[in-house]
Amino acid sequence: MPQRPRLATNMPDAPAPALWQRRVMLAVLLTPALLWLFALIILPHIELALLSLRERIAPRTYAASLTQYRTFFAEPLYWRVFVRTAIMSALATALTLLVAFPVAWIIAKIAHGRASRLLFVVCLIPFWVSETVRALGWLILLRESGVLPALLVRLGITAVPVELLYHDATILIGLVYTSLLFMVVPLVSSLESLDNSLIEAAYDLGGGGLVILRRIVIPHAAPGITAGCIVVFMLTLGNYLTPNLLGGKNSQWFTELIYTQFIVRFNWEQGAAFGFLLLALSTGMVALGLRLSGQRFVDVMRRS
Amino acid sequence: MSTPDLSVEQLDKRFADHVAVNRLSFAVERGSFFSILGPSGCGKTTLLRMIAGFTLPDGGDIRIGGHSMRGVAPNRRPVNMVFQHLALFPMMSVGENVTFGLARRGMKPAERARRAAAMLERVGLAGAGHKRVDQLSGGQRQRVAIARSLVLEPTLLLLDEPLGALDLKLREHMKIELKQLQAAFGTTFVYITHDQSEALVLSDHVAVMNHGRFEQVGTPQQLYYEPAGAFVAGFVGANNRIPGRALGVDGELVEVATAQGWVVRARRSGAIAAGDAVAAFVRPEAASIELDAKQLPPQAVHYAGEVQSLLFDGANSAVLIVEQQTRFEFRVALPQTGRLADLKPGTRVFFGFDPQRALCFAAAAAAGDEHA
Repeated sequence: MPQRPRLATNMPDAPAPALWQRRVMLAVLLTPALLWLFALIILPHIELALLSLRERIAPRTYAASLTQYRTFFAEPLYWRVFVRTAIMSALATALTLLVAFPVAWIIAKIAHGRASRLLFVVCLIPFWVSETVRALGWLILLRESGVLPALLVRLGITAVPVELLYHDATILIGLVYTSLLFMVVPLVSSLESLDNSLIEAAYDLGGGGLVILRRIVIPHAAPGITAGCIVVFMLTLGNYLTPNLLGGKNSQWFTELIYTQFIVRFNWEQGAAFGFLLLALSTGMVALGLRLSGQRFVDVMRRS
Repeated sequence: MSTPDLSVEQLDKRFADHVAVNRLSFAVERGSFFSILGPSGCGKTTLLRMIAGFTLPDGGDIRIGGHSMRGVAPNRRPVNMVFQHLALFPMMSVGENVTFGLARRGMKPAERARRAAAMLERVGLAGAGHKRVDQLSGGQRQRVAIARSLVLEPTLLLLDEPLGALDLKLREHMKIELKQLQAAFGTTFVYITHDQSEALVLSDHVAVMNHGRFEQVGTPQQLYYEPAGAFVAGFVGANNRIPGRALGVDGELVEVATAQGWVVRARRSGAIAAGDAVAAFVRPEAASIELDAKQLPPQAVHYAGEVQSLLFDGANSAVLIVEQQTRFEFRVALPQTGRLADLKPGTRVFFGFDPQRALCFAAAAAAGDEHA
């Protein structure tokens, strides 16, 4: 049988697609994502930016001005709620990290196989229920006539049922609970990639638990920690339901102010300005966090 | 004799379904290079991890420098370990890797830096302290891993197959380097490996381990020329294993017949009676091959055969012969002169070996230990 030498190629019959063909393909594949980004994120933000920079001077007459932003700084309620929201969100993020780290450590390093997957599912289960129902669950547990105050009376710790809702601590508990999974996932993936022999080597060279945590584990998991903190901080800052339901009227969240401006007072200009201030806050805090931890945003998002 | 740097007494470790280390006792002399050689799963890694303190023994004791290590955590033992994949800290510079252990002892930064620099210089990495670990070559990383341990001046350095991940050329080079480093520092090295060539080249003493026990402890020469049993004979170096039954015992010599009826003679090792299941071992270099039977050495018994294939490997070249009547496959080393290097498969040849250089063991102990 005559044999002809043949070049080995992946596609022996079809020629390689031309450059323009590949570009068209790329464009087609990217279109849905780009449309989504443009129609739902960029376009509304342009509209909001324009809204926030104008002022109503007469019915149906508007003029460009910075009044909306000036009002924010002039009115103590607004900027105090703003600062409070920022501090509480940072606190909630730190608490979430503290709670999630041991959980992630157990899932990634201590439990094996089935047990590890099971623990992961346990972290996921609360998310099968809607956030509203989850928040209502906290109401049932914590309200004055609820489960926990009754238990405290039964155990003789308090004489009468106490109201456990509507405190800052209650909001923090709710926020940590809601955010836990978003911290656990990046932490688990970054801890799983930590070679156990590094820990053993550090131990072998004389390191104790704290030294190993500080010099080996945290530096290795830093991108995961940062990614988790960014996600949780953004989610917490922009959360509306949990602070609203668990915090009551004494503890306003900045998103509630935005809601009030848009829906209750129908002052879209003011609401838009608040929205931009919140965006600036979250951007600024994330940038600060990255600067403090010496990380780069692109690296963090790629590695975790 | 001074106290041995490491002495292990009746050490035991069981896992759920098997015995990893079985009532093991041995001692390692100060300043020696001691290798533990065995197939994977023989328990050598468990043994090493017990010495380092990462795994707790079920019974027995480990004494390092004369002190019992019972209840002593890994970070308090005077041993350091070079890990299989080295486990250098990627988040630290080379210098920080070397000073890590010194810092844990509370040494002042200036003194730490001085010692780390001196140690890096001794391993041939002077001035590399500021480099990142991933900027180093495989061989350089190896040296950092050793420097990081030796800077702590441990009584004992444990090495867990550190050459396994390197490519062949570098491995050969690092073997020589390791031996020179050990000689220069004089630290006691305990080295585990499944590669018999590493163990033979590097060690003062080698323990061959199988099923949680040492089959034999001796110098590389003893293991090679005087294996204590069928397992060692089969595991250390290349060997022709000829299983069969003892037809008769004539003083030192045993006549062995294979199942197909090939009869060879070999020197007896241990008690063997006629009728016993035995295995004879003949090293490829102990046998000779000729095209003409008359040229074979007079003390060798001759057999006729046919070349099956030529295994050319420079100085380690060999030829695979099948015995004419029984089709038994037999490996013979080719003469170093390059003579007969052009043998073709199918060529009729004569081969033979001096029965004094072949060893015969009772096969019972070797059951199930065969290695392909």
